[in-house]
Amino acid sequence: MGAFGGHDGRERRWRGLDRLESRNRPPRSLLVALVLASITLVTLDVSGDGASPLDPARRVVGEALGPAEAGVAAAVRPFTAVPAWFRSKGDLADQVRDLEASNAELRGQVELAGFDRNRLEQYDGLTTAAEDLGSALVPARVVALGSRQSQSFTVTIDAGSEAGVGPDMTVVNNDGLVGRVLRVTRSTATVLLVIDPDSTVGGRVGSSMEIGFVTGSGSLRQESGLDLRLVDDASVPARDDTVVTWGSATGPYAPGVPIGTITEVYSSLREASQRAVVKPFVDFSALDVVGVMVPSGSPSDRALVEADGTLR
Amino acid sequence: MSQLRWVVAIAAVVVALVVQVTLFPHVAWHGVVPNLCLLVVVAAALTVEAPFALLLGFAAGLTLDLAPPADHVAGRWALALTIAAFLAARVRQDQKPGALAVVGTVAAASFVATSLFALSGVLLKDPSMSIAGLLEVVLVAVVWDVLLTPFVLPPLMRLFSRTSPQWATT
Repeated sequence: MGAFGGHDGRERRWRGLDRLESRNRPPRSLLVALVLASITLVTLDVSGDGASPLDPARRVVGEALGPAEAGVAAAVRPFTAVPAWFRSKGDLADQVRDLEASNAELRGQVELAGFDRNRLEQYDGLTTAAEDLGSALVPARVVALGSRQSQSFTVTIDAGSEAGVGPDMTVVNNDGLVGRVLRVTRSTATVLLVIDPDSTVGGRVGSSMEIGFVTGSGSLRQESGLDLRLVDDASVPARDDTVVTWGSATGPYAPGVPIGTITEVYSSLREASQRAVVKPFVDFSALDVVGVMVPSGSPSDRALVEADGTLR
Repeated sequence: MSQLRWVVAIAAVVVALVVQVTLFPHVAWHGVVPNLCLLVVVAAALTVEAPFALLLGFAAGLTLDLAPPADHVAGRWALALTIAAFLAARVRQDQKPGALAVVGTVAAASFVATSLFALSGVLLKDPSMSIAGLLEVVLVAVVWDVLLTPFVLPPLMRLFSRTSPQWATT
């Protein structure tokens, strides 16, 4: 721009270019003002410890857009099911072959039952611990997913404060741990998935009862889902071990919820610690029906699934 | 007329956002979806005067920052889309931009906006992600946005130019 400064007087006389210039030039002052406004917002949101000053704004936008997202998701759902109708004989044959393979694998596992009995006892203990909590599940469906461009792995579910859902509640599905509730509006809630790089869950290795921290790796691929670091550096986690939440009754994650199985173990000489890759039980790219763990008997706008499997 | 244009623009942003978070995750590639809000902002920057496009970029970014599934630091998309709108508005010639110019502008704006968002995340350590992962996301996002340009940009640009007749006549 500055290089043409000398020609300014001559250019001015050319009406065509003058008109073009006046229409084409975005106002720098407005750009600077908006950029500063954005940076102010970022500063406000980052500096607020715990409760951000923007939370009321998030809530208002959520109240307005949440029902719209739920409505569109409900309208779209029948169409996303269409591909399943066109499965060919070849697909079904493939499925039969896969099922036969997994059946053989399961039979092999049953034959090894004696070897695994020791482990099973501990799992049983953990499962009864979960039942003792007496929590109920609020059923909900995933209505919106955050995009990868936004870098955080969050989803919106169609159950909110009216259904008895509140912040920091544990979200599970029939496979295992999904995440925890970040914030709620009346009819929707935002859930942080455990694969989010910012998510840290207290985990416990099923066979050795060693505790550690499970962090998300920021990838939707199931193989590279989660990272486990044990608190005790000396203990080596075993492959194919199950990792469950360690949690507490009051904290964000309820105890005894299965997270995944250990697929690979790396020992880092420099940090003198063990890192294990945990394959989550939940397929996060195909998340649909989930349950939010709420205290048994809490008021809700829908039927709750109680710990013993009954609907109420 | 100006009010009508704002209503149309805000409605377009809201529809884009809802479709982006509900419909497109079903066809997403590793979770990367087309950024429809960005396409709305670029359409405005290519058709109507720059101050409107800049303000719309800021508003659309703020909606992306605050609407439910989002959990990043607010203001990051607002910053990215404001600057994308500024760049797109500079590209605009007084006559109607050709197809190639539109596609080029969308690709450039998408690259700049997604990269700015990713870089602000690196600076703020919002989610700690690897640079290689970020680059992959940025490139796939550009491809997605360019793929959707022929379907989204022409109707939006016609809509914006109809609500501002002083520009439609030239």
